[in-house]
Amino acid sequence: MKNSIIRVLVAKPGLDGHDRGAKVVARALRDAGMEVIYTGLRQTPEQIVETAIQEDVNVIGLSILSGAHMHLFPKLMKLLKEREAIDIIVMAGGIIPGEDIVELKKIGIKEIFTPGTDTNRIIEFIKENVKVVR
Amino acid sequence: MKLSDRIRQGDTRAAAKLITMVENDFQQAQKYLKELQEYCGQATVIGITGPPGSGKSTITDRLAKHIRKIGKKIAIIAIDPSSPFTGGAILGDRIRMQDLSTDKDVFIRSIGTRGQLGGLSRSTQAVVKIMDAMGKEIIFIETVGVGQSEIEVIKVSDIILLLLMPGMGDDIQIIKAGIMEIGDIFVVNKSDREGTDRLIVEIEMMLSLNDVRKRNPAIIKTIGTENIGIEELWQEVERLNVYLQDKGEMQLRRKNRIRKEIHDLFLENWQELFFQFIGEDNIENEVQKILKQDIDPYSAVQKLTEVFKKQIIKGG
Ligand SMILES: Nc1nc2c(ncn2[C@@H]2O[C@H](COP(=O)(O)OP(=O)(O)O)[C@@H](O)[C@H]2O)c(=O)[nH]1
Ligand SMILES: [Mg+2]
Repeated sequence: MKNSIIRVLVAKPGLDGHDRGAKVVARALRDAGMEVIYTGLRQTPEQIVETAIQEDVNVIGLSILSGAHMHLFPKLMKLLKEREAIDIIVMAGGIIPGEDIVELKKIGIKEIFTPGTDTNRIIEFIKENVKVVR
Repeated sequence: MKLSDRIRQGDTRAAAKLITMVENDFQQAQKYLKELQEYCGQATVIGITGPPGSGKSTITDRLAKHIRKIGKKIAIIAIDPSSPFTGGAILGDRIRMQDLSTDKDVFIRSIGTRGQLGGLSRSTQAVVKIMDAMGKEIIFIETVGVGQSEIEVIKVSDIILLLLMPGMGDDIQIIKAGIMEIGDIFVVNKSDREGTDRLIVEIEMMLSLNDVRKRNPAIIKTIGTENIGIEELWQEVERLNVYLQDKGEMQLRRKNRIRKEIHDLFLENWQELFFQFIGEDNIENEVQKILKQDIDPYSAVQKLTEVFKKQIIKGG
């Protein structure tokens, strides 16, 4: 009896104060049949990576509005590499300018969703990229 | 290195991967669980249950921090309900445990109930073993205290804390059936709130009426958010642990758990065997007959069972 379910960590790094966007995404993923680990506000890259490993998630979804992405995301990717966990897919959403998107994709962030993205696109992206054994 | 060896050395990633296998494909996971079995049985398992919002995650976090000061290694299994419609879930208990996530001697795993009949207690028991084999000394299981399956799950624990809070309306009504009996220690959390004393009186009354246990459960007041009552609560857990060991009750609980585990595993194996043998076509056939009033469901299942039984006796 096999019963594979995609697991996603929805995390909010940085100091910005609300998580409406992250919660909308979390609910949409749940409704698409995924297990969403939700950790709340103000997560450090260390906390996010450690949580992702303990929870053995397929995907990390980062939500950020504060503008600190060029500082926090490379740090997170470096930690993931150190922990030999680069098989975890990292995606991000939030206010991120075009030139930064190019840079972030170079360091291994697989996809970046700008504000107002249809949640169905995020769901499709995850389903296309996660290879779940059935 | 073998997966089981890595787990025994406390490798978080290896343990996390095996837990996923337990959830997704239990048959395959058994292979590794077998290798771990002889390294299990060291940990003390504490169940924390109670209504939603009573402060289970907060108290778990506080207890964990308190125990970390003594230097013991900890694991936490945080169970939340999955949607019965989509199978998805939002697992949010870690929100209250944020600073524990970077302590390398604390391992937290969130689990959705996934609507498995009887399967949840079986997989929870397996997760406990994995954490035990990792060298975790205290393992917490947090689960919402409503419904039969949650009660089954929490019975995987050595000691059960039942959390209540004032202001649940008709307080005890919510949890009267079945769940009062499983609490080894009653925790009145949110005791900063109005109605605390009344709730305690109600619990005392309830216990004096219904309880046939030799030892009356302690009632401990806490304020999780302010870290009040946590030390007292942990002292009571330790005291009870010693008491249960002395009385031989702990041994009895462990024995019952093994019995239940065997029962669960058996049931799963036989179930699979049965449905494989009978086949979907035969079941569909009977369904059609029942629809046409040709047969009743009781006789239909009896008939299929007889066929199965004969096959077994023949040794097929
Ligand atoms: N006033 C008060 N609030 C508390 C106390 N303990 C927890 N809370 C709050 O109650 C809410 C639910 O707590 P949580 O631990 O998530 O409950 P759970 O659903 O049982 O796990 C949170 O907002 C906590 O901050 C307490 O002792 N007093
Ligand atoms: Mg909780």
